[in-house]
Amino acid sequence: MAPDSIRIGSGAGFSGDRIDPAVALAEKGQLNCLVFECLAERTIALAVRAKRENPSAGYDPLLEERLSAVLPAAIANKVTIVSNMGAANPVAAARATAAIIRKLGLGPQKIAAVTGDDVLARISPDSPLLEGGTVAQWPGQLVAANAYLGAEPLVQALAEGAGIVITGRVADPSLFLAPMVHAFGWCWYDWARLGQGTVVGHLLECAGQVSGGYFADPGVKDVAGLAELGFPFADVAANGNAVISKLAGSGGCITAATCKEQLLYELHDPASYLTPDVTADFRGVRLEQRGPDRVAVTGGGGAARPEQLKVTLGYHEGFMGEGQISYAGAGCVGRGKLALAIVQERLKRLGHEIIDLRLDLIGVNSVAPTARAPANQREVRARVAARTRTLEGAAWIGREVEALYTNGPAGGGGVSQFVKPLIGTASTFVPRDEAVPQIHWESVS
Amino acid sequence: MKLREIAHTRTGDKGDTSNISVIAYRIDDFALLRQAVTPAAVKACLEGVVNGDIVRHELPNLGALNFVLPNALGGGVTRSLALDAHGKCLSGLLLDLEIS
Repeated sequence: MAPDSIRIGSGAGFSGDRIDPAVALAEKGQLNCLVFECLAERTIALAVRAKRENPSAGYDPLLEERLSAVLPAAIANKVTIVSNMGAANPVAAARATAAIIRKLGLGPQKIAAVTGDDVLARISPDSPLLEGGTVAQWPGQLVAANAYLGAEPLVQALAEGAGIVITGRVADPSLFLAPMVHAFGWCWYDWARLGQGTVVGHLLECAGQVSGGYFADPGVKDVAGLAELGFPFADVAANGNAVISKLAGSGGCITAATCKEQLLYELHDPASYLTPDVTADFRGVRLEQRGPDRVAVTGGGGAARPEQLKVTLGYHEGFMGEGQISYAGAGCVGRGKLALAIVQERLKRLGHEIIDLRLDLIGVNSVAPTARAPANQREVRARVAARTRTLEGAAWIGREVEALYTNGPAGGGGVSQFVKPLIGTASTFVPRDEAVPQIHWESVS
Repeated sequence: MKLREIAHTRTGDKGDTSNISVIAYRIDDFALLRQAVTPAAVKACLEGVVNGDIVRHELPNLGALNFVLPNALGGGVTRSLALDAHGKCLSGLLLDLEIS
């Protein structure tokens, strides 16, 4: 029999998120399900590269640490786990999870890996990009193509007894919609219900961002306890209405204002928020404070799901090198500008190696490009960043900045530098039958 | 006065497109937001950042506006050379907007 309501917690809003708030939820949250959203746009392309070098790699690098911390309490309290920590290799992630469960003696347990999002072999060079042009015309080498899957295969895995579901690319709100559909048996054509569930999932998917994180602005938006920020959970009723809340005594706050900010986060047209499950409509959403750190969410709607699935393409687009150096006191802006000019001239020697160059004075114009420094500016940090064809070229950027110590303006200090591969992303669409989900099982007895 | 006195803001990113929500603290101020916080005002406040045409969506239920800013993130978070590749700081810049 379907329950009257279920409680879904949010255990991570990005791959590097704090671990202890999820442990607290697993221990004390009285949850039915705990969801970890850990897969950003570019992460999967980096994971594809890792998998290519090592067939048992390519999943979230923090999976072992995160699940080792959370699973003892989660399994003891019968909390189902759903996560996209599988990244480019959900099967290997499920095996790693099984190994953790064996090591900690937490069995028996059924782990489902959901695959099918990898459509690299099915992408035609002639496919049109959302950004314009075709797949083949985009600069760089195509290394990954992952379709956004919806909640359906996750619901199937839950129905077949999975205690832990690990996926690759799945639309973020769908990770949360899945336990709702599983618990309440919502019809896959009940667009209003799926739309409301998607609204709730969207509010939860960035974890602390709805409970006071990414919100505080001292003097106008004060938030207490951000060092002990509590992650949110939702009590979702069978009709989809929900109350967002957090553990008593945890830091942060949940108010109509925090929920409004998160509702509109990464939203374009509020009338059509597209997921593989539904075209959700945010226009009728109501957010009402029901008590301290309790906000009711109602009124989300929806229309038919999109015909096609969105695909994120990952392109290897060369490398990025960066160097920074600080100047302070009278004349610091002039010295910072001189530093940038010197490095720019030196980098001309690299010729065609540099694809794109950016020069900033941090503290003056690194965010607001046309801003000017006040006359009494006390410090600046000169920053040089470039996209290059090779790793060696990228390393040269930081070396030239470092050389300013002895060859540049007076009083330059605190050089930092780094290089990284650049993964560009673009988007296209595929018909649904080009990305067929499959479930792979790992069982621990 | 500055926008920060009557509204709060949050930035999100998808590819090379940023979005900034502008939310009235008091629902009564929504009319003022609608009148003062136009796409042109946002573009001017974020001078040099947004290279596409800004679209404004209205959410009167929430006392909020949502601005969609195409071509604002240096090609997108994964390839941008900007220090703040996500554009997360843009919501703060917008709080400086003078309104009357």
